[in-house]
Amino acid sequence: MSRARTILGIFLLFLFLFALTGERPFASHLAYYYDILINIGINVILAVSLNLVNGYTGQFSLGHAGFMAVGAYAAGSWSEHLSPGLVNFLAGSNGVLTFVLQPFPFLQPFAFPTAVADNLALIVATMFGGLLAALAGLAVGIPSLRLRGDYLAIVTLGFGEIIRTLILNIDFLGAARGMSVTGRYTNMFWTFGFAAVAIYVVLGLVNSTYGRGFLTVRDDEVAAEAMGINTTKYKVIAFVVGAFFAGTAGSLFAHYAGFLTPEGFNFFKSVDVVVMVILGGMGSTTGVILAAALLTILPEVLRALAHTDFVPAAQKAIEGVIPIHLPPLQGLLENRLILYSLLLIIMMLTRPQGLFGDLAGSRKRVTSSASK
Amino acid sequence: MAQVILFLQQLLNGLSLGSIYALIALGYTMVYGVLRFINFAHGDVYMLGAYAGFAITNVIYRFVPLDQYNAISRHTFVPIFVCTAIVMLGAMIFCAILGMSIERIAYRPLRDRPRLTVLITAIGVSLFLQNMTQFFVGAQPQAFKQLIPVRAIEGLGDLTVLSSQAAIIISTIVLMVFLRLIVMKTKIGLAMRALSVNPTACSLMGVNNGLVISFTFALGSALAAAAGILVAMDSPSITPLMGNLPGIKAFVAAVLGGIGNIPGAVVGGLVIGVLETMVEGYGFPQLRDAIAFGVLIIILLYKPTGLLGRVEREKV
Amino acid sequence: MDALLKVDRCTIRFGGLTAVSNFDMSIGNRELVGLIGPNGAGKTTVFNMITGVYQPTEGQIFLSGDRLNGLKPFNITAKGIARTFQNIRLFASLTVFDNVRAAFNLHLKHGPLHALTRGPKFKREEADIGAQAMDLLKIFNLDRFRDVMCKNLPYGDQRRLEIVRALATKPRMLLLDEPAAGMNPTEKGALMTLIEFIQEKFDISVLLVEHDMRVVMGICKRIYVLDYGITIAEGPPDEIRRNPKVIQAYLGE
Ligand SMILES: Nc1ncnc2c1ncn2[C@@H]1O[C@H](COP(=O)(O)OP(=O)(O)OP(=O)(O)O)[C@@H](O)[C@H]1O
Ligand SMILES: [Mg+2]
Repeated sequence: MSRARTILGIFLLFLFLFALTGERPFASHLAYYYDILINIGINVILAVSLNLVNGYTGQFSLGHAGFMAVGAYAAGSWSEHLSPGLVNFLAGSNGVLTFVLQPFPFLQPFAFPTAVADNLALIVATMFGGLLAALAGLAVGIPSLRLRGDYLAIVTLGFGEIIRTLILNIDFLGAARGMSVTGRYTNMFWTFGFAAVAIYVVLGLVNSTYGRGFLTVRDDEVAAEAMGINTTKYKVIAFVVGAFFAGTAGSLFAHYAGFLTPEGFNFFKSVDVVVMVILGGMGSTTGVILAAALLTILPEVLRALAHTDFVPAAQKAIEGVIPIHLPPLQGLLENRLILYSLLLIIMMLTRPQGLFGDLAGSRKRVTSSASK
Repeated sequence: MAQVILFLQQLLNGLSLGSIYALIALGYTMVYGVLRFINFAHGDVYMLGAYAGFAITNVIYRFVPLDQYNAISRHTFVPIFVCTAIVMLGAMIFCAILGMSIERIAYRPLRDRPRLTVLITAIGVSLFLQNMTQFFVGAQPQAFKQLIPVRAIEGLGDLTVLSSQAAIIISTIVLMVFLRLIVMKTKIGLAMRALSVNPTACSLMGVNNGLVISFTFALGSALAAAAGILVAMDSPSITPLMGNLPGIKAFVAAVLGGIGNIPGAVVGGLVIGVLETMVEGYGFPQLRDAIAFGVLIIILLYKPTGLLGRVEREKV
Repeated sequence: MDALLKVDRCTIRFGGLTAVSNFDMSIGNRELVGLIGPNGAGKTTVFNMITGVYQPTEGQIFLSGDRLNGLKPFNITAKGIARTFQNIRLFASLTVFDNVRAAFNLHLKHGPLHALTRGPKFKREEADIGAQAMDLLKIFNLDRFRDVMCKNLPYGDQRRLEIVRALATKPRMLLLDEPAAGMNPTEKGALMTLIEFIQEKFDISVLLVEHDMRVVMGICKRIYVLDYGITIAEGPPDEIRRNPKVIQAYLGE
């Protein structure tokens, strides 16, 4: 693929998305679908970034929700407490921009239209959230380096829980009460914009001689070291980049939902992302993107299904056959974790490479296109 | 003096909490010993042990309403003891079968696969067990009916020892002695120990590895079930998610003691239990649940073999 | 110090077992040296000590006078020692071509940022690496398998691919751990020629562990013999062949 064409493609995609965006439909019948699309975008960011760690680098992390929490809370408090001052400083009645633009009265209406200010605020907050999450990633990555496989999984789980416990005990972040984020700036454009960046970064890294280092760490650490590859460095980079994007996803979530609770970032949230990565196929970006979309939509579909007449009918039929009084079957369909747990077990028993692991052909492309 | 009493009190509370962790940790450590893998679903076996006990207790109450006894005395001792033993044994048998089935269905087909595959499966099994339980019994806590009347034991001065705590500690000791006898004095115990050293040599020597692994799961799961019921005596509110935190803490206990090492798991459990109550008792209750993770991180960084573990180097 | 590689009285213990004791070795530039011994003698362990996989319990190791003790394996590779593994350790999820390209990591001029911006410099370097990798594969006649997953290669070719991969790190000293294992006599003959060829072409020293005496005696100028971790003989092939200790070690009582 030539560079010019890539850039053009990305540019067109952006234009398209921008056209699609418009205002966020807060209270219309579209809001539900808008909601799902945004969630897909956020989940794609989470899954693609976790895939760099769990899939390409083979370091099984169970703490992604922790990094997302760091990003969400950091970006949220930035928007709540720090950014208003900055915006005022720039655009307020006595702000820098007003001052600079004073000699040109006709330009003043353009100084800082709210739309621009909102978008800018979102970008800055998201970068801030991403950076703090990346720092957390560094803090987790370095001590975790010596651990392998199952130990690493449990330790990252522990780090995720520690982060959550910390938030629960920080009053400034609302502790158990939760924290509201007033500026609900997140829209389709930026969500998919950041998703595109995450995908580009992960694929770009992996698609190079430099990035093949990640894959060698996954395949065989001893051999990688013997080939002169600094496995430690690669693991840290994977953790930091993965955490950065988890943080940006957190920020987008914060500025979309408008309210954060520590419970929203518990172990089960990490499991959500892990299931996406496993279903998509560890180390297949295309697969993981598809899985993220699928697993965002599927619980919604099941929930809708739970409220059809079919379910009570099925319940009657089953209870007719076996003489046991079952709890309402809706519960089975409405609990996404039942679905996920079955997915995990069945995938591991039958297709550990993931649903799309071979199908999307992404691994092949990943490993042999840079030379063309 | 008051300080000393306070300290002893914390120590005692810690030992009773730690006994629970120790019982669960044994399951982690024994399974790790024979299979080199962390049975993530072990905490949920413990939870299901509590629910099995809950169900059996409810049945027993139809015949013997145990809450009619409000103290342990010469007259009430026998019915209380017999009923508790029935509940305990019933739950242990239930979980032994559960543990073996989990291993058969979910883990055995993955025997030669990468450890990560098995770990992911185990996470799946864990989520499945807790969410199916939630489906059947609901997410709200259930009240475990009284097995033994919880009273402070008299004649100990300022020290408060609850009958439930005494029951926990005594039962744990009894179970440990049993376990030790099984592991050190029986043929299958010998096979377990041999398997943890060299599985290939074991099967060459005619040991039925599959059987030994099943047995190990049964043993560990039964101990977890006992822990589940002992916990319910002390704090009689059980939920489908109750296995998560104790499960992870017990895992930390196993790592602390040196995973694969049976006495190590006991020591680790007691240490974690005492640490937790001390931290809580001396002013940092909100950190209680983070302690175990802190210990885990420190131990893995500075002494990954644990307190009593042996070194294992990857052969290249 | 004119030796390229110098192992100075190295001992390594695993718990109670002394796998290698008081091992001395010195290899000059462009030398082709053999290391033999019965199973479990400690040959692979010597490799692991030299390449930093294990740290010797006692003793020191030097490459051109630089002390290697305490260095991480990748540092040692960067200093110019490359190796193959007795139990093949290729990167299983990568193609033949990518296995080799991955080993160019060490001499890479570009980093993560270049990989993201994909500028002309990056493109040129990637093309260059691709060409060099193909050249190496051609020497071993593996270029036809370029896009095959390495785990699908025949066994002998996997062993040879490991040598290619090791060469891609541009070593001064190449350690080969039983490269002829599992090969038939014709393949072994070809391998012998190949080892001599690459030794000349890349101007490197080679340390060869091999059970097949014909291969070792055929190409090595000097041979060390280990038994139970102890060096029982050292010298040119002819002497080794006639050495009674060696004969006894191999044939037993
Ligand atoms: N990581 C380790 N831990 C414990 N013992 C080890 C380790 N690595 C090697 N050993 C022991 O050291 C001794 C030497 O082993 P090594 O693999 O070096 O032998 P070798 O000469 O390469 O044999 P072979 O010809 O079979 O490859 C053996 O007894 C082996 O069991
Ligand atoms: Mg060897």
